[in-house]
Amino acid sequence: MSLQEYIELIFTDYTLRTVTIGTAVLGTICGMLGSFAVLRKQSLLGDAISHAALPGIALAFLLFGELNIFNEFLADMLGKIIGSEQSYAILTFLISNKSFTILIGALCSGIIGTIWIRGITNKTHLKSDTALGLILSLFFGFGMLLLTYIQKQPNANQAGLDGYLFGQAATLLERDVWLMAVILLISFLMLLIFWKELKLLLFDTDYTRTLGFNSKFLDILISTFIVIAIVIGLQTVGVVLMSAMLLAPAAAARQWTNSLSVMVILASGFGALSGVIGTAISASQNNLSTGPVIVLVAAVFVFISFIFSPGRGLLFREIRFRKNRTDLELHKTLSFMYHIASDHENISHPHAIKILNNFRGFTKKSLKQLEHKDYITINGNMWAMTQSGYETASNLYNQLKVDHE
Amino acid sequence: MNSAQIEIQLIASLVAIACAIPGTFLVLRKMALITDAISHSILLGIVIGFFLTNDLSSPLLIPIAALSGILTVILVEFIQKTNLVKEDTAIGLVFPTMFSIGVILIDKKADDVHLDLDAVLVGKIEYAPLNSFIWDGINLGPKALWVIGIIALITIILLFAFFKELKISTFDAGLAAALGLSPVAVHYGLMTVASITTVGAFDAVGAILVIAFMIAPAAIAYLLTNDLIKMLIFSCTFGIVSAISGYWLAHIINASIAGCMTTILGILFLIVYLFAPNKGYFSVLYRQKQQRIEVSLLTLLLHLRNHKDDETERHVKHLNEHINWQQVRAKSVLDLARNNNMIYIQNDIISLTEKGEHFTSEAIDYIISNKNSEIEHMKDRFFLFRG
Repeated sequence: MSLQEYIELIFTDYTLRTVTIGTAVLGTICGMLGSFAVLRKQSLLGDAISHAALPGIALAFLLFGELNIFNEFLADMLGKIIGSEQSYAILTFLISNKSFTILIGALCSGIIGTIWIRGITNKTHLKSDTALGLILSLFFGFGMLLLTYIQKQPNANQAGLDGYLFGQAATLLERDVWLMAVILLISFLMLLIFWKELKLLLFDTDYTRTLGFNSKFLDILISTFIVIAIVIGLQTVGVVLMSAMLLAPAAAARQWTNSLSVMVILASGFGALSGVIGTAISASQNNLSTGPVIVLVAAVFVFISFIFSPGRGLLFREIRFRKNRTDLELHKTLSFMYHIASDHENISHPHAIKILNNFRGFTKKSLKQLEHKDYITINGNMWAMTQSGYETASNLYNQLKVDHE
Repeated sequence: MNSAQIEIQLIASLVAIACAIPGTFLVLRKMALITDAISHSILLGIVIGFFLTNDLSSPLLIPIAALSGILTVILVEFIQKTNLVKEDTAIGLVFPTMFSIGVILIDKKADDVHLDLDAVLVGKIEYAPLNSFIWDGINLGPKALWVIGIIALITIILLFAFFKELKISTFDAGLAAALGLSPVAVHYGLMTVASITTVGAFDAVGAILVIAFMIAPAAIAYLLTNDLIKMLIFSCTFGIVSAISGYWLAHIINASIAGCMTTILGILFLIVYLFAPNKGYFSVLYRQKQQRIEVSLLTLLLHLRNHKDDETERHVKHLNEHINWQQVRAKSVLDLARNNNMIYIQNDIISLTEKGEHFTSEAIDYIISNKNSEIEHMKDRFFLFRG
């Protein structure tokens, strides 16, 4: 299938179009909010929360999957406050819109998990890694306990639930995509409105507090949005891969810039691109789940950024490192020559190359480089210092002296 | 109880012991989440091992899967050393990538064979007694029992053999290096044990519940004690207790065994988190409140001392103005000071008693010499009642 055919297919095929747009929007949200998670050292919060969402999903399914005693009782109770007609309308809505109900359940248990994680790290001496691991495994285990009850229900429609473990992008519907788009818009607006405050909070929490901003509110705000991003991503990429979806685009974007706004934009772009490319690859092959492919594409972005980013990348770092080393050796050789030359009245008095032998930094190549820079002249086995070489070397020495002071 | 039930409980208890020992050290070393990474990325090792041997129950799978766990640790550390991202980000990047490769390999190659993702993540301890280890025609009991039993035994032997090294390198890596104990070797040894335990246990309780068995008992024990040996004993005990009671809970309510074991662990943790003496939520809240009043008390005493000669400053009604306290707080602080014999009140004028002056001057000495923490010990000597 050529690229052109594929693009045509996106416009004609309903499922492919929905999935492509859905993963792109999801990638954008994740990149945008993930930048904050990564910079706040909450990278693994995504992992913990996506696991912690399971009991909420299961409970939502058990309680509001169909009409039962419990939710009728709830509706009756609520009916006394807002009128029974409205409360039953809400109940019917929750029962008929399963994916929405499940989302709310996931959101609730995700938020409870986040609050408990904060409680553990703030009130006890357990560290954040232990708190995250605890919430992740304990909530997930409880979720599994609940799942056994769902599997026992004879008429349970489990198709919607299995997807949450490993992600089933193909089950995305148009209204899911609309929901994602709305959340994208809201989180974008939230970032615009609170940009200055969030930026302050990110880099200097104490300063934010002294300026009189409500740091607790900001903290809860950004955490809630991160939880929302995680929860809406669960259906597409699944519990295990959600953390990578959140932090891979941000980690890649971090390598290219030191500015928060550029990082957020880049991360959104990387996220959207991984969504689109991942969907394309998995659609063009048989038997290839979308979620893992998207994560692998995002991982490729991270890999490329780690190696090739000009400022921080490993490749350029190595090149800079080597260049510094050769420069240093060159300077060492030059200053050694300077000491020899300064013993003579005529600085351009030729000396044998041999006398440099007891000096380690010297190689044929470094001599050639020095000659190329016009610091010395080479004549057969002899070298002689030029005027400019002498001056550079004496300045070099002065500079070193200044540095040592 | 029939023999299958006993076997399941035995397996679960052994898993609890084998997990609790490395888990304790991981929690103390702030590396608890590396178990999360290992338990997910061993999927890749299991898939590759499966392709090599074509047999899900082959013993070769364990070393191959453990190798992929160690590879995860090495990759995470490599990324951390480049300083390009913070350490937790490195973990979060490595294991989903390896997990993804595993899932894609299953999608592409293992379609016609039965390699159930659910079973890898969730575990099927229910069926463990059915899969027997038969050697020379003799049934030697469930295979999982043998695997996890050997792992638990090796872990315990290693713990006894290297206890001193583990202890020193956990609490003071610098000292360990200076003593020639090689903290690096201890680190990788611990990681290897954690990987092997995870692989051995995932068959029984599933990859994610291994994390629960590693972290939760150790965290509970850490909230109850600061002594390493006690912590190890506590975490093994809590692991075994929740394994066995989880099994019976599952039996009674007829639900997933692994899920029930984790739920019991969760309930235990919640109770200890809330009520643990000294370190639990409520005792921390109580202590914070106590300290707030005691700091106020100290402020009051310093104020009284500063204004020894000025009676207007020491008038009860002026406290609100001069130290800026709410009335209720002022009263509780005054009561505390009076109960401890630090002050006396005459005609609504507050004065320091001899004991109060003694206390205040010692406290000032500590504050001037910047040894604020010493005041806590001093309080034990002076206070009859605490805030």
